[in-house]
Amino acid sequence: MSSRGETQLWLAQRVSAAVLALCVSVHLATVIYAVRGGLSAAEILGRTRGNGAWLAFYALFVLAASVHAPIGLRAVLTEWLRWRGASRDLFLLAFAVLLLFIGLRAVFAVFA
Amino acid sequence: MTQGSSYWVAVVHRVSGIALAVFLPLHFWALGQALGGAERLDRFLAWTEQPLLKLGEWAIVVALAAHLGAGLRVLAIEFLDWREWQKTLAALAAALAALVGLALALAL
Amino acid sequence: MKVFVKRDSSFREFEVPRYPSQTVLDVVTYIQRELDPTLAYRFACRVGMCGSCAMTVNGAPRWTCRTHVDKVALDGRLRIEPLRNLPVIRDLVTDMSAFFDKWAHAMGKFEGQRTRRDDFQRVRPDDEKRKQVDAAIECIGCAVCYSACDVARWNPDYLGPAALNRAWTLVMDERDKAHTERLRAVAGDAGCHSCHTHMSCTERCPKALSPTASIAGLKREVAKALLKGEF
Repeated sequence: MSSRGETQLWLAQRVSAAVLALCVSVHLATVIYAVRGGLSAAEILGRTRGNGAWLAFYALFVLAASVHAPIGLRAVLTEWLRWRGASRDLFLLAFAVLLLFIGLRAVFAVFA
Repeated sequence: MTQGSSYWVAVVHRVSGIALAVFLPLHFWALGQALGGAERLDRFLAWTEQPLLKLGEWAIVVALAAHLGAGLRVLAIEFLDWREWQKTLAALAAALAALVGLALALAL
Repeated sequence: MKVFVKRDSSFREFEVPRYPSQTVLDVVTYIQRELDPTLAYRFACRVGMCGSCAMTVNGAPRWTCRTHVDKVALDGRLRIEPLRNLPVIRDLVTDMSAFFDKWAHAMGKFEGQRTRRDDFQRVRPDDEKRKQVDAAIECIGCAVCYSACDVARWNPDYLGPAALNRAWTLVMDERDKAHTERLRAVAGDAGCHSCHTHMSCTERCPKALSPTASIAGLKREVAKALLKGEF
């Protein structure tokens, strides 16, 4: 990849990090609140199903995570596993697509 | 070589990141179980009631808080040109993670 | 005291007399003069100005002439090795070529715009950009930061803290004409974007510089250039 492309990855990582900082804060608060007194599907789905605002929020969350996690792993694969070149980046792209797909599937499952 | 606090924060940042990257697909898959109806999700939730998995849940939430705290430190250094504050930032990141861990432990 | 000196792949043990105010360079010098004349090591000024005597002492990269034995040999033992992340020529002497080649790759050389026929370009010392330069300009290329850097250890292409720090002083130098070209040189996996803010460089720099801060500055400048379409 060119240094221009690598700069774009760095920028995408920082922008998605900022988005995630917000999403994660909300998510952590929600999880801690929801987990009190135990979890049940009826409880969760009762709150989430048909909720458009939460659907949009979590869809954005999934998108940001699908960008952030693979770029983060890229450094780990390069530096700790010594994996270089196009094969590493193709693997990470596949991982990103996987996260996006099953993530949005989960958002649909819970909120639609 | 004795390492500074920034090194340890970076290690926590990286290890928690790896843990989260491994956890996330599993998390998405588990929630996708709701597609099969509330009962399907309930069966999965019942399965997670084991103490070892509860500990894992707690650990992954702490990892998330730690990763967030350490990440905020990186953003502050890179975008706000913070210098002398870096050690404070490391401490804040640790405090954030600890707070969240405590809150979750009380809730669980 | 017992001193373990790295030679090839093993440590050679020496018994060295201890004196007050003794430095690690004094110890290495004693070994070479009195115990083992075949020991190879570097030094020059021996007063903490040139950086030539940098070695790994009890795991940490230091200027040996500025390291008092009392401060590091806490259990009466010293372990002396060459600087890390550089190939070893012999004993405690490393090949610094890669370190200086990366300096060149990062475009660590000033590219002026004026000639002797032009008037001086006036730069106020309290100018914001000049203050940034001044904070990073005192580097003497000793490679302690490079030796301490984890990324330099993990990624052989990484330009390293010293080269990037020097590039930053030139990026902030309004007299320099190679601004955009230099930003291209320092960006990417081999450059500033691989710094993960471990700050080992800043911790160990004998001149109390902060390559981490300089590299963060480079990240900002490169991002600005990318967003403005100059990259």
